[in-house]
Amino acid sequence: MLDDFFIRALLAGVGVALVAGPLGCFIVWRRLAYFGDTLSHSALLGVVLAFLLQINITLAVFGVCAAVALSVLALQRNASLSSDSLLGMLAHSSLALGLVALAFMSSVRVDLMGFLFGDILAVSRLDLAIIYIGGGIVIAVLVFVWRALFAATVNYDLAEAEGLRPDRANIVFMLLMAVVIAISMKIVGVLLITALLIIPAATARQLARGPEQMALIAAVLGVIAVVAGLFGSLEWDTPSGPSIVVAAATLFVLVLLPVALIARRRLASEGSAGR
Amino acid sequence: MLDRSADLVILENAGLNRGGDWLVRGVDLAVRRGEIVTLIGPNGAGKSTTAKIALGLLAPDEGSATRAPGLSVGYVPQKLSIDWTLPLTVARFMGLTSRVSGTEIAAALDLVGIAPLIDSEVRHLSGGEFQRALLARAIARKPDLLVLDEPVQGVDFSGEIALYELISNIRTELGCGILMISHDLHVVMASTDSVVCLNGHVCCQGTPHAVAESSEYRELFGGRAASALAVYEHAHDHTHLPDGTVRHADGSVTEYCHPDDGHHHEDEHEPQRGEADHA
Repeated sequence: MLDDFFIRALLAGVGVALVAGPLGCFIVWRRLAYFGDTLSHSALLGVVLAFLLQINITLAVFGVCAAVALSVLALQRNASLSSDSLLGMLAHSSLALGLVALAFMSSVRVDLMGFLFGDILAVSRLDLAIIYIGGGIVIAVLVFVWRALFAATVNYDLAEAEGLRPDRANIVFMLLMAVVIAISMKIVGVLLITALLIIPAATARQLARGPEQMALIAAVLGVIAVVAGLFGSLEWDTPSGPSIVVAAATLFVLVLLPVALIARRRLASEGSAGR
Repeated sequence: MLDRSADLVILENAGLNRGGDWLVRGVDLAVRRGEIVTLIGPNGAGKSTTAKIALGLLAPDEGSATRAPGLSVGYVPQKLSIDWTLPLTVARFMGLTSRVSGTEIAAALDLVGIAPLIDSEVRHLSGGEFQRALLARAIARKPDLLVLDEPVQGVDFSGEIALYELISNIRTELGCGILMISHDLHVVMASTDSVVCLNGHVCCQGTPHAVAESSEYRELFGGRAASALAVYEHAHDHTHLPDGTVRHADGSVTEYCHPDDGHHHEDEHEPQRGEADHA
């Protein structure tokens, strides 16, 4: 039957998807796709730091991502640069810095492909514990700040005027993003984390009537993509991360087609009923 | 003087400077429970800025803005766009910043006349319907202070009158204070306790009655002068030039139009200011 490592990978992937879905909704609503890229690209720098300092990789990645996220927030407030230029700069300089630093570490052999595209084999029991504890904390905090964060997404001034402290909610959101990227890096890899955040949320948008519903649907769709992707990866011996993303994208198309068809058919029938 | 215990928000000599230019300066106003204060003035007069200072969204660079402790606020911003990526029904929108019960939601929507739209997606509402939804949302929270920045923009004519009537009734029902920005001067004059006319600073303020008694007002509202633009002409004996300087009626040009600058209508309106204090 299934090997231990595969069960661990499935559990890890499901845990990550449950967290990435709801958080990904905010990425979609706030049009922060590029921000997700920036954070995940800087994750590689965290990996290198972890090797240098001999600390846990997930912790180091969280540290670097949190630092980058908060500096984006601070720079956006003060710099005269547009935020997409700012994010592009940070994303690629931190990725390049990570790659350069990695090249200097000749003493440790690092599987770069594993970090870039995810590695099923690499999921340990400790990783599983980190994913579920970290993920649990993310969900709990997200539920706690949900109203403020959502209100700030709709209109910052309105949220602040009515006493919701959107500034605090935004900082919490940045930290949650850093956690999610740190715990999902091993599953989908640095280059594809944003896809796991965005694609299930975008698919859920086609089906949802309300924000909370969209978050739940995104989580479920993410789980389906992870399970399908990992089985595909096992079957055809493909890298885990890209397989999961392909599964998520397939789901998106599968949902999009009937939604578009139904809308067209409804229009057509209304048109004929009107006549 | 001012009865401080009933004051919900007080601005004292408040001013906001951005990049060396004063957006507003020297604003004194107070909103009390059960009172409607309306800000009028031409475009760029600093009405929205003043409202944001009162809300605490902008910290004044000069003077002070004081809000009663624990003040609950309902805010209708001048602009609010709902991104199409947001799945948001009117019902969910009503509970955006605080938990509101189903009956309260239905009641508020009924008040503004869009009860049937409760399950509609917010982004599918028309401009006027959305404006009603914004007002309903602010009311449903039963706030101490309502800040309404052009609350009836895009609402059809008969709806406009009904909404102003509603705003006036809410003040009595909830006992809240209302700070409103409006361009609709007839309604403002009919349902407002105090009018503040801004033009980069407070150029005149008082009860509508006091303002109506003044010769300028009669000049304005006699005959065809009831048009909204006319009232702006009355008090503005100065023009804000594109470079940020101000040309006064006597032809002199100054850097800012602070009350201390040499222009005249301040003195003429002084008695009305006194009247506003014990309104």
